[in-house]
Amino acid sequence: MAEPQFLQTSRRSFLKTTGHLMIGFSLYPIASCETKGSQMKAPPYVGTPPRPHVDSKLIDSWIRLDAEGHLTVLSGKQELGQGIKIALIQIAAEELDIEPSRCHIINSDTGQTPNEGFTAGSNSVEGSGKAIRNAAAEARLHLLKLAAQRWETTPESLSVTNGTIKSQTGQEISYWNLLEGKFIEEKITGEAIPKSPSQYAYVGKALQRDDIQQMVKGESHFVHDLRMPGMVHARIFHPPSYQDRLASIDLSAVESMPGVLKVIKNGSFLAVVAEREYQAVKAREMLKSLAIWNKAPIEIPLDQLFDSMKSTSGKPEEVKLSPGIADVIAKAPISHQAEYFKPYTMHASMGPSCAVALWEEDLLTVWTATQGVYPVRGTLADLFSLDEEKIRCIGVPGSGCYGQNGSDDVSGEAALIAKEMPGTHVRLQWMREDEHKWEPYGTAMGFQLSAGMDSDGKILAWDTNVWSDSHSTRPNGQAASFVSARHLDLPFAFQKGGFSGGSYRNGIPEYTIAAKQLHLYNYSGPLRTSSLRGLGAYGNTFALESFLDELIHKSGSDPIDFRLRNLEDPRAKAVLEKLAEKTDWKSRQKPAGYGFGIAYSRYKNSTSYFAVLAEVEINREAKTYHLKKLTGVIDSGLIINPDGLKNQTEGGIIQSASWSMIEEVQFDQDGIKSTDWTSYPILRTIDTPEVEVHLIDRPNTPPMGAGEAAMGPVSAAIANAIFDATGSRIRDLPLKAEKIDWEAISVSLHRSML
Amino acid sequence: MPKNIQLRVNGETKTIAADPNEPLLYILRGDLALSGPKYGCGLHQCGACMVIVDSKAEPTCLRACSSFENTEITTLEGLAKNGNLHPVQQAFIDTQAAQCGYCLNGMIISAVALLEENPKPSDGQIREALDLVICRCGTHSRFIKAVKLASETLNH
Repeated sequence: MAEPQFLQTSRRSFLKTTGHLMIGFSLYPIASCETKGSQMKAPPYVGTPPRPHVDSKLIDSWIRLDAEGHLTVLSGKQELGQGIKIALIQIAAEELDIEPSRCHIINSDTGQTPNEGFTAGSNSVEGSGKAIRNAAAEARLHLLKLAAQRWETTPESLSVTNGTIKSQTGQEISYWNLLEGKFIEEKITGEAIPKSPSQYAYVGKALQRDDIQQMVKGESHFVHDLRMPGMVHARIFHPPSYQDRLASIDLSAVESMPGVLKVIKNGSFLAVVAEREYQAVKAREMLKSLAIWNKAPIEIPLDQLFDSMKSTSGKPEEVKLSPGIADVIAKAPISHQAEYFKPYTMHASMGPSCAVALWEEDLLTVWTATQGVYPVRGTLADLFSLDEEKIRCIGVPGSGCYGQNGSDDVSGEAALIAKEMPGTHVRLQWMREDEHKWEPYGTAMGFQLSAGMDSDGKILAWDTNVWSDSHSTRPNGQAASFVSARHLDLPFAFQKGGFSGGSYRNGIPEYTIAAKQLHLYNYSGPLRTSSLRGLGAYGNTFALESFLDELIHKSGSDPIDFRLRNLEDPRAKAVLEKLAEKTDWKSRQKPAGYGFGIAYSRYKNSTSYFAVLAEVEINREAKTYHLKKLTGVIDSGLIINPDGLKNQTEGGIIQSASWSMIEEVQFDQDGIKSTDWTSYPILRTIDTPEVEVHLIDRPNTPPMGAGEAAMGPVSAAIANAIFDATGSRIRDLPLKAEKIDWEAISVSLHRSML
Repeated sequence: MPKNIQLRVNGETKTIAADPNEPLLYILRGDLALSGPKYGCGLHQCGACMVIVDSKAEPTCLRACSSFENTEITTLEGLAKNGNLHPVQQAFIDTQAAQCGYCLNGMIISAVALLEENPKPSDGQIREALDLVICRCGTHSRFIKAVKLASETLNH
């Protein structure tokens, strides 16, 4: 076998030139791993020296044993707070039989980890986890073969305890002594068979996350916390609205402010660099007060979005056709049609986006909280017409993003600003206003559903029409996917991508229905949009599961029984059955003013199963409702870390409750009006419902992404519960109490009293 | 004009030359290299920047640093005593109460201040104390659980 070339010429020179940088960076993961040192007998973890990723078919690309007594896992997926680090460590520790406390992980660094695209679509455990499992199993087999050779026996006769191989005759050698400092340069052949779930010791355990220990002590963790030698601080002032362009500005008053090192004006791109962070904040305020803009109004009013969708979207994509379906629906004993709407919603990250950039001659390094270090590197390469090999993007955790927040944009902007400050680390952080106004929102969507049902409550036909703007404008190698690249003196033109799958995700019901049809109308709306947790599945599931509830009500059925009757997949039925059992569904008591709502979906119609019960209580005097409790059941296949899965699901439930009940981006012709937490409130602790999550473990099925499974069903369950309590069907999100027909409730109560 | 500002932070006296109007947060993060308190909004709306001032949880992203002279400031970094985590910190670990973790500073600081004043808070009082702090990941139910656990530990 040919020796893998770890250092190609260009890479070697890159490493050499940015050597001090590598040291600067490596301090970060090493320091963050040291907390493990106290619990183990192995020598303290000294990290693994960065070496470039060469080929994802090599064991060494995923699994490294070069730190004495420790395993280092490499993953191209980013830790976003979803607990991916511990889950991936558990997988590697399992296959290699090393205690997880001796395992470490490096995530998302174009200088050393594999290219795994974006950390998105709940795909990290399915994708990265699978690759790491295979690489770890292969590494174990390779090590067993080496030991077998040494002791003239067979690999099958050997066993491993915490990284030490033992023979049946009592010989022992650790992985590290066996390797004598050599890397595992073997290919992943597929020869090694991963362990069977019945042998698992670490997978399936609720191991704690290491990073929580660091965070509660206030240790440096986020990209916001990076402190580099000689680092300076930048702020940017974005145009007041999307299409506004700078008419004029006198920069002299800004340039003379205390601490200001540089003021940058490039077209409509305005930025300041200062010694102290607060000096940059003050200078930004000055830029804001001095800039004169050519205004370009947003033409479409907020309350006419659905009309605009219908009148401007043109011909639809025929995603699934069922000829003659309109007839079936029209002639069905019960037929029903309704329209639903989802507004623009925010990622609304708690910490505004931040990045650090450094140019050294023509080499660029960016510390970024992006979900995709390689795609951002490719996009930076386009922005600066630079060879990708000259750019290193190092992933550092950011504030929870749930899709594409401002992290990619701020990375591009930090690099643009740092270009003017060669040799200096430039830290750019957005202000709250930047994040609220400029992040790419989860798009508004419209839905038109019609169905026909027989008199026994069997659905005969279901027709879905969806209107949606793009759910993905992530960095794709074109500079203009960084929003500020569109504002430069020589602007990059932005082209929306052709990916429409996100728009109709979960748009076709999973229920057993003879005729199903879906048309997608691609809409080009007034606001900037991109990926938000679940993409179109959130809106589609809200519409579908609300509409199903309308059909169930018309047929006079029980919402769990109805679903069980119309689903075939036993795993789908199992989550609903478990929900019924855990909530005592059949014997539930319904006090006056109380409402129960059920919803179910299988995310992407192909991954995790999730069923949920929402309980609301109305207050007729105050004309409000209170979301009291949400109980969910999830099946995401083999569970790697039950507490991690629970935490993610609880979070998804509460976040979806917030989106569904109160969130809507406000705008008018002058621009975005939701600029802070007062003008875009989200759910706070006082209003947080009680949350209960139950897990179904399927050890013999592959693990599936779980982070997005709850989003859609929770919205419909709340709407269905409001209907159950009030008789009001709210079809446009958010589910605000003022949309409930309170008069009708008083009338019906009055009638029932007569 | 910069002025010498004298602050008591985590039991130590620090003198920093800064614009007296500069909000405390920038001094804590910039001059004192403390990563606990975080910038979230700059508007006193989200609680990311909370510290304990004397015995109350207070935001720091707007209020001038000079107004904190003659107070005792405790940040997240200053909660552990003699190498032992504060019971609230330990409870957050025990309940794994975090997702992205950006709000943890505000949540923990608010909880510590609450329990100092009221060692046995009700569910409603806990919710009220944490309500000032935004959490986008939806970890609220775990935070409430963590504060209850910390309260039990403290009263044990």
